[in-house]
Amino acid sequence: MKQLAIISGKGGTGKTSITAAFASLTKGRAVYADCDVDASDLHLILKPRVIKTMKFHGLKTAVMDKEKCIGCRRCYENCRFNAIDDELNIIEERCEGCGVCVYVCPSRAITLTDRDSGLLYISETRFGPMVHAKLSTAEESSGKLVSMVRENAKNLAEEKNKGLIIIDGPPGIGCPVISTITGVDLVLVVVEPTVSAIHDMSRVIDVSKHFSIPSVVCINKYSLNEEKTSEIIEYCRSNDIEVVGMLPYDTVVIESMVQEKTVIEYPNTVFSDKIRLMWRDVEDKLFNGVREVEG
Amino acid sequence: MIISIASGKGGTGKTTVAVNLALSLDKDLLFLDCDVEEPNANIFLRTRLYETEYVTMDIPRVDEGRCDYCGRCAEFCEYNALAVLSSKVMVFPELCHSCGGCKLVCPRDAISWEERVIGRVEHGVKDNISFYQGVLNIGESQATPIIRYLKNKMSNGRDVIIDSPPGTSCPVIESINESNYCILVTEPTPFGLHDLKLAVDLVRHLSIPFGVIINRYGIGDKRVDLYCQTERIPVLERIPHDEEIAKLYSNGKPFVEELGEWRVRFQRVYELIEASI
Repeated sequence: MKQLAIISGKGGTGKTSITAAFASLTKGRAVYADCDVDASDLHLILKPRVIKTMKFHGLKTAVMDKEKCIGCRRCYENCRFNAIDDELNIIEERCEGCGVCVYVCPSRAITLTDRDSGLLYISETRFGPMVHAKLSTAEESSGKLVSMVRENAKNLAEEKNKGLIIIDGPPGIGCPVISTITGVDLVLVVVEPTVSAIHDMSRVIDVSKHFSIPSVVCINKYSLNEEKTSEIIEYCRSNDIEVVGMLPYDTVVIESMVQEKTVIEYPNTVFSDKIRLMWRDVEDKLFNGVREVEG
Repeated sequence: MIISIASGKGGTGKTTVAVNLALSLDKDLLFLDCDVEEPNANIFLRTRLYETEYVTMDIPRVDEGRCDYCGRCAEFCEYNALAVLSSKVMVFPELCHSCGGCKLVCPRDAISWEERVIGRVEHGVKDNISFYQGVLNIGESQATPIIRYLKNKMSNGRDVIIDSPPGTSCPVIESINESNYCILVTEPTPFGLHDLKLAVDLVRHLSIPFGVIINRYGIGDKRVDLYCQTERIPVLERIPHDEEIAKLYSNGKPFVEELGEWRVRFQRVYELIEASI
């Protein structure tokens, strides 16, 4: 089984639109996983029919029984997350569920409890099975939820005999991104020709290098700034990273999104042709490995 | 006054708003770039950073001469950052949250702390802006301790502008908590709208007064406008989908420096915020 993760460092470069297009092109052959559990959007295009919903418990949280509290302040003094205020109330948003307060409390006034941190869905779409999730408002440990999405996607792929998992990743380089790319076969980094996006791309490529995962690059909206596009190509050349796709700026991306369609399902355009070509290249890399770029 | 700039969706223009707002105000400001995974504000501000502080976390070090492998530390750790074998203790630093629990429970006082660098905070000054940015090291997973460190740079008497990371989870909460006002930046597309709603849920949950700035106005559809109208959310400004603005952005230039009328428009945003809290 092969796994492809689509990430970018910077948000808003086009990860989800490209993932949705890939879903169109791999209909019936893959499982789709939305690992941007903070602000997931893939379902807006794939419109999944939910088959199974599961509860996700992230970190635990401390709960205080004020009647038993004797006001010794040991919890306050020992909490390293400033999650206990001056009046000895627990601030749930700050609590990381470590259990130190429970341990130091002499009157057993505090307990650790599970909290409902989100929901995970197993769904069916017009392209195939999909796993997605919704982290609850103001919750922690999205990395853990990402791992749960990926585990379910893997089980689903085995069960339904699909040889491919396509993952829509979150922005950034931290915990959720690391959970998204750990153990995948290939990372596709989507960049646009702006100074910010180039900066963020180079950081996220360093992260995939750090974890020894091969990456390839797609330059989205390349026509917006040819000079910056050349910079990206130069960066990729000097870092031995292949540019697998150059997508022009095209209003079809937003138009199809408004219609809740993938760009492939939208009337044929140059843009969709370029995506098809890129997918062929990505698929080749996934199944035949990444070749070293010469030069 | 502390103003934070956030959004559910990434790439909607948080940094654009934060930077252009800061450059439009003729007053002393503290600017914190809390998007420590991908800090971008200084690409536009171009402050010379002359001061660096390293952010560390305390990671347990086990004195195996004292340890009798009782396993209580591993049993206590909620994050599975320790594993005790029959004659060895393994520490997984990247899983550790530095809660201090393992040291507390160890009956033989075998645990001490070792500092582990997870990132840095850099500082510079540009005109009236005192600028700080956090940078998470490559391969590190926890952004929150760096954001916490950054926020300690706040002091009374000076307005603060906080550029938050995208999303709705821990790093965002750490960034925007305690703000007097939060500007949510979105774009008028289905993705923008969906993620705006998530961000609205978050700021309401945290009881932070907020308003919306719609960026790339003109693309997509009218549903973001309609949503704000129905929910009675003030739309503080609409930045048009404009080739010149996009071009300046792509080259890393703040557009208020080139398009002077926008200084006045951002000053008006500030006045609207001031009047509403």
